[in-house]
Amino acid sequence: MSDIHENAANNTGFESNYIDENIKADQTSKAKAFVKKFMKRKTAVLGLVIIILLVILAIVGPYLAPYDYNEYDYANVLSGPSAEHWFGTDHYGRDIFSRMLVGTRLTLGVSLSAVVIGAALGTVLGLLAGYYGGIVEMLVMRGSDVLFSFPDILLAIAIVAILGPGIINVLIAVMVFTVPSFARIMRSATLAVKGSLYVEVAQSLGCKDGRLLFVHIFPGTIQSLIVNFTMRIGSAIMAAASLSFLGFGANVTEPEWGAMLSQGRNYIGIASHMVYFPGLVIFVTVLAFNLFGDGLRDTLDPKIK
Amino acid sequence: MITTPFLAEGGKFYMSRYFVKRILETIPLMLVISIFVFMFIHLIPGDPARTIAGLDAEESQVEAIREEYGLNKPIVSQYVDYMVKLFKGDMGRSMKSNVPVSDLIADRMPQTLKLVLAGIIWAPVLGIFIGVVSAINHGKALDHICMLIAIMGLSAPGFWLGLMGIQIFSVELGWLPSGGLDTWKGFVLPSFTMGCGIMAVLARYSRSSMLETLREDYVRTARAKGQKESMVMFAHAFRNSLIQVVTILGLQIGGLLSGSVLTETVFSIPGIGRLLTDSIQFRDYAVTQGLLMMFALQYVLINLIVDLLYGVINPKIRLD
Repeated sequence: MSDIHENAANNTGFESNYIDENIKADQTSKAKAFVKKFMKRKTAVLGLVIIILLVILAIVGPYLAPYDYNEYDYANVLSGPSAEHWFGTDHYGRDIFSRMLVGTRLTLGVSLSAVVIGAALGTVLGLLAGYYGGIVEMLVMRGSDVLFSFPDILLAIAIVAILGPGIINVLIAVMVFTVPSFARIMRSATLAVKGSLYVEVAQSLGCKDGRLLFVHIFPGTIQSLIVNFTMRIGSAIMAAASLSFLGFGANVTEPEWGAMLSQGRNYIGIASHMVYFPGLVIFVTVLAFNLFGDGLRDTLDPKIK
Repeated sequence: MITTPFLAEGGKFYMSRYFVKRILETIPLMLVISIFVFMFIHLIPGDPARTIAGLDAEESQVEAIREEYGLNKPIVSQYVDYMVKLFKGDMGRSMKSNVPVSDLIADRMPQTLKLVLAGIIWAPVLGIFIGVVSAINHGKALDHICMLIAIMGLSAPGFWLGLMGIQIFSVELGWLPSGGLDTWKGFVLPSFTMGCGIMAVLARYSRSSMLETLREDYVRTARAKGQKESMVMFAHAFRNSLIQVVTILGLQIGGLLSGSVLTETVFSIPGIGRLLTDSIQFRDYAVTQGLLMMFALQYVLINLIVDLLYGVINPKIRLD
């Protein structure tokens, strides 16, 4: 406060300093309140910790793997967990633990990329539909309706049917069915924000449409975007794993978790570790994102204490 | 004032605008979906006539097949021909076996329907039960446990649960068969695999719907009037909370038919889900097209039925 009085005395624009400092203080206290509220949700915090660990593994996992992920060892085919092979080996003698470490980057990379691209496209479409309305809105919403008419897994299978199997095509398939959900949510959020006073002020000051949309309206919709984004990652991981399980995703050499599970299916009576570990990791990963997403949604909801 | 969707006061037949609007909206949507699926299949690279005739076939044979299947016509004519035949129940012939697609589907549909029924027999009941118990014990340990069970059910891949079930109950314990629906025991594991996700989703929705209903004024009024808590819970809150839950249940059931593909793969059940994956792998486009069309249209129809039912149950929706 003494700085403010000094500035007032010197008449060096103390009003703008005062407002800036109050805004910063307000933002800091909102951030602290958000963190405090989030930390109360222990399961959400657990989810976040697991996600951070997975991201770290995705980055350093390939360097930590004790074996090359595609190293064949015909002397140790289908062997169970041991000191040399913590998660056992598969039908080619490949170390499952190493494959899963390397596969973390592949699985998370494909799912995150698909959701990021789908979210970006869906957000742009939703913003345009909500802002302009009319024919733009009609085209975007009817297009979303058509895509929503297909259950997720069916749409993904149909896309892979056209493009052919492969991990990149799985990314495209997952991305396509992510777009309509973001388009709808962002359209609703845009409609809610569009009528705000600050948007009206910006328009009356002659702000161009592009700037209005991405600088003024978009920040007001971020909350909806973030919650949906986190929730969709879990479904994307599940969908990518499902497609690989059905044989439409990664090929046999790639250490994608769903593909590993698919291969394990053929050895279920004699090498159950090939099924336990990849499935367990998929489960823990999806659970972490769902717990985190739920916690984030509850934290951002003003009705929940 | 209109009190029912179909009969106005005085006995005159009337269908409220909501129902007419919903039904009319579905028709162009189904048309667009049919165009979408048709174009989708025709985007697949390769020559279907060559696929049917074989790689070593003479060009004249390939040309004859094009003539027979109408593949030399413009795409719009092909679409119109396909839709006219579809209305008569003709979905074309399998390129692999030359059997009518409708016969292949009819042959396999009973297996998938049995699977779907097995999934919906127990999952909604358990899901709603967990959700209601959770809502009644809101904030307590039981609430957290129930929701943890629900979120775990949502996060576990169904195909992994199925495989784990086979490993534990079929291979290690020998209690249940690992595949087939010949006996009642054969239904247990596939039913669990199919229903787990539905149970989890319904538990979460039931809880949130019940909590919303418990905050309503009429519930507070019922308590203030001194009604027993059990009466308040079940006669007022639970019954009204079911409106939203029934809608979600309908949508989940709509997705089950296509979701059966994973369960059928795990348990080697020869249903329409496996027919779809086989047709894609063998590039049998006629079967793929027929199945995609059928899955999408049934999903839209079920959505329509759910919306109409919602209008019947909730008068606020249909009163214009």
